Amino acid sequence: MALSIEVKDVHLSYRTINPVSAKSLGRGAGKRSSRFEALRGVSFQVEEGEILGVVGRNGSGKSTLLRTIAGIFSPDSGSIETFGRSVSLLAIGVGFQPRLTGRDNIILSGLLLGFGEEEIRARMEEIIDFSELGPFIDRPVKTYSSGMYSKLAFAITVTLETDIILIDEVLSVGDARFNKKSFARMKELIGGADRTVLMVSHAAGTIRQLCSRVLWLDQGRVRMVGETEEVLRAYGEAGG
Amino acid sequence: MRFFRDLKKYRRYITYSAGAVLKSEVAGSYLSWAWWVLDPLLFMLVYTFVAQVVFRTQMEHFPIFVFIGLMVWSFFEKDLVQSVSLLRANRGIITRIYLPKQVLLLQRMAVNGFKLLISLGLILGMLAVSRVPFTWGMLWALPHLALLLLLTFAAGSWCLHLGVFIEDLQNVISVLLKLLFYFSGVFYDIATMVPAPWNRLLMAANPVALVMAGCRGALLRGAGPDWGPLLLWTGAALLAAWLGTWMIYRYENSYGKVI
Repeated sequence: MALSIEVKDVHLSYRTINPVSAKSLGRGAGKRSSRFEALRGVSFQVEEGEILGVVGRNGSGKSTLLRTIAGIFSPDSGSIETFGRSVSLLAIGVGFQPRLTGRDNIILSGLLLGFGEEEIRARMEEIIDFSELGPFIDRPVKTYSSGMYSKLAFAITVTLETDIILIDEVLSVGDARFNKKSFARMKELIGGADRTVLMVSHAAGTIRQLCSRVLWLDQGRVRMVGETEEVLRAYGEAGG
Repeated sequence: MRFFRDLKKYRRYITYSAGAVLKSEVAGSYLSWAWWVLDPLLFMLVYTFVAQVVFRTQMEHFPIFVFIGLMVWSFFEKDLVQSVSLLRANRGIITRIYLPKQVLLLQRMAVNGFKLLISLGLILGMLAVSRVPFTWGMLWALPHLALLLLLTFAAGSWCLHLGVFIEDLQNVISVLLKLLFYFSGVFYDIATMVPAPWNRLLMAANPVALVMAGCRGALLRGAGPDWGPLLLWTGAALLAAWLGTWMIYRYENSYGKVI
């Protein structure tokens, strides 16, 4: 099996440069920045077609890790290799331009994910169908409820399939029925042998059903990585 | 250079989103796209009324004179004001996908540039109605507009960067812009209203005034540019744009973390 993601000794710290006001610019500028190490030497590999679950307590660096793999943050040291594969990050309330319609946002999201306009237009109806937004698709996204918002985001990601999909706690999208449908679609996607998925979830049930391996992050370090049951048991025993 | 590679890669995103923003701006309104024409026209009427009726200005083609000033000014001002809060306004996008941050600035410039083109069309129409002769000299407006684009991009890049770290930059910028507005001669002629040698000095020190005067000279009289300041400011704007772009690439990694 070919490697899909290779993370090597990644360190990343947030320099929380607190936004200052012009008034306070003159005095003690040194006080305003503090460092917080979110990832401390994280290394692991994911093979093509694998679905890796990521668990850990709040603040253990899960979301940061996903964002770093997506290329939003670059690591302070270490490296992340995705071997030229396209990557998309699915998170609650994915980035839309609120004043534009759902339809325009589908095209813009697709362009940002690296798809051509023709390709996006060709899959447009499929995305709209999946999202179940109906006539709302031609209304500005700012008029959507948070459930509709997430449905659209989910529909875009699972229809315009990237090679690597990073999922940050979004399988609980919308109502129970949509939830079931997205879960089924997720499984179908994962069934494709060349798609790699990394998913952060607090729901042990979801991880058990979908993931073959699990990575446990603890205070920015890899505490354990291995077979799903084994890691989940250890994580559970540690009070996670 | 990385910037040009990114520009090529994201050009469709810029044009499509600019088009979508323009559509969305008029989507809910009764008069729809007519506002693109009405908006600059009504502003010009207000300023012309104030200047001619209240201050009794006597100048040939005064409405066109004001209109050119407003066209230049509103492009520069809108882009700058928007660029300060650009990353905050788009945090949903930039914290979830990688996007070169200048793309957002260029998208705003494309939206405002479209409005500038409409104003330019209106100006050409007004020149025809006022029987101002159309000459090749009018094309001298183009290098001035190019300088305006460069200046806006350069200043916008700096505002975009600093706006992340300085929370009330918005207030500071609006005060500075107000000051610049009065020193740019939007509704008065710096060359005749300001005594020498201050008029030349003001024009040389303020690139927005330079652009305004250059466009007015070209469009109303077919006059050539004031080469010294034009070339100097173009060089300075290029350097500032390059530095701004470099800085944004250098620090873009920390933007997402701060906002």
